[in-house]
Amino acid sequence: MYSQGLQDAKGGPEPEALLKAFQKRIDNEEKIEPRDWMPEAYRKTLIRQMSQHAHSEIVGQLPEGNWITRAPTLKRKMILLAKVQDEAGHGLYIYSATETLGITREEMTRQLLSGEAKYSSIFNYPTPSWADMGAIGWLVDGAAIMNQVPLCRASYGPYARSMIRICKEESFHQRQGYDIMTVLARGSEAQKKMAQDALNRTWWPALMMFGPSDKDSKHSAQSMKWKIKRFSNDDLRQKFVDVTVPQAEHLGLTIPDEDLKWNEETGHYDFGEIDWDEFINVIKGNGPCNKERLAARQNAHDEGQWVRKAADVYQQNQQDAA
Amino acid sequence: MNKALEHYLLRLADTALTQSQRLAEWCGHGPFLEEDIALTNVALDLLGHAKLLYEQAAEISDRDVSADDLAFLRDVDAFKNPLLTELPRGDFAYTTLKQYFLDQFNVLLYAALKDSQYEPLAEIATKALKETRYHLTRSRDWCLRLSLSTDEAKQKIQAALDDLYFYTPELFETDDDLNQLIAESIMPDLSVLKEHWQEQVDELLNECQLQVPKSGWVATGGLRGEHSEHLGYMLADMQFLQRAYPGCEW
Repeated sequence: MYSQGLQDAKGGPEPEALLKAFQKRIDNEEKIEPRDWMPEAYRKTLIRQMSQHAHSEIVGQLPEGNWITRAPTLKRKMILLAKVQDEAGHGLYIYSATETLGITREEMTRQLLSGEAKYSSIFNYPTPSWADMGAIGWLVDGAAIMNQVPLCRASYGPYARSMIRICKEESFHQRQGYDIMTVLARGSEAQKKMAQDALNRTWWPALMMFGPSDKDSKHSAQSMKWKIKRFSNDDLRQKFVDVTVPQAEHLGLTIPDEDLKWNEETGHYDFGEIDWDEFINVIKGNGPCNKERLAARQNAHDEGQWVRKAADVYQQNQQDAA
Repeated sequence: MNKALEHYLLRLADTALTQSQRLAEWCGHGPFLEEDIALTNVALDLLGHAKLLYEQAAEISDRDVSADDLAFLRDVDAFKNPLLTELPRGDFAYTTLKQYFLDQFNVLLYAALKDSQYEPLAEIATKALKETRYHLTRSRDWCLRLSLSTDEAKQKIQAALDDLYFYTPELFETDDDLNQLIAESIMPDLSVLKEHWQEQVDELLNECQLQVPKSGWVATGGLRGEHSEHLGYMLADMQFLQRAYPGCEW
């Protein structure tokens, strides 16, 4: 029985009749809204997933923010600045959507800074060259779109609606990344090398963005049942590889995987085994930039403390005077 | 006239670009999310103004240059921004007050430039004025918020005022080229602008209950390409790719 083991907020069993009615609504593709009854585990799963998503947008500002002051032309600078700002905006929508589940942004921020909450491990890799701006847009935003388009149909209304807007912007981000790569790949030898190096750095971490292999994914089955998730991690990863390989060929760049080859029988690309030890290690906090990323967030939070307080006190003074 | 005009367009463009560059340093590091987004919005608007102004300067230049060449291939001694905009971003109070001084100046300036006899500049000013009015509302509100809230915030904005106040007279400096443009009604008389600016600033500082410092080093030199030590580092950072890989498309 699907409801087996589900517990309410106090640890007691969820009422069977409510669970059945809830699942029926999900099966009928009805949206669940903030005031509707929902199992505690559904609420917790969404808070975990949505806050992770929001944190990823916010931490994700940093690797690209690294190149805003050094972007090579006025146009590229404008695009990059606008793109990183979009990510802050995405973070804001998703934090707001998550707040409808009964958690505050302050609490989510605390969880991020304390390391209790995770964010996408891709942002723990460095961006040493300009070409990383291209590779991130093309591959990281490309992978994000694969993950996020199905979320536009997620069963939780506020999440689904925020994803519709976000996906529109992500597709612009992906195009600008591919455009950077195109210009570099057609450029000087040094620029081509820059582009190839960035692809080498980003390829495997981008494949890891789809999460653990289906056989090891602990949250997947229940999330599929609740229609928070629509496709398995491995299916989405395969789709990403199938779409991306021809794009790399078009650029004249080489994907760093000796096992990558077209499989006539399956109609898909076969690809090499992901280094799951690395994946787990980076998630645990031992990636190249984990400490720097969290330190940057902590620093912004600490240095902003007096500003937030001043804004609150001023508002209170204004209200008292009124 | 073209030489004087190019000189002034670069003064305006360099000011917008350097200010934008400093604001952009906040992206991802703002005191809270909404403000992170707002700071970036202002940075983007200023970058947009800079781009239009550089394009116009490139168009009328005798030399075969693009807007990007002007932004990325000139050295410190060719930049014409006032020293105010190249100062480090500082803390949020410092950024806020610097922005306010510039916004108050830009609103008056662009309102006057809308009527410039030089049509391309009038068009840019019309567009820039709309955005700059919003910037001014925002930076003015923040000056009030920081000044009339906690002791800590008040101390920080007072410290910023002590550091920044004597960088403002330079905004109104002119030289022979600018005086020629003023005479031709291409740009407004900056001494008149200064009176309006001072009235507005005095009024706000008074409302904020801040103390204007009595003396300090009065900044000067930007128009002549004489800058502080900060601009060299800003350009080293900003121009890195164009300098390290000359002649490439990006």
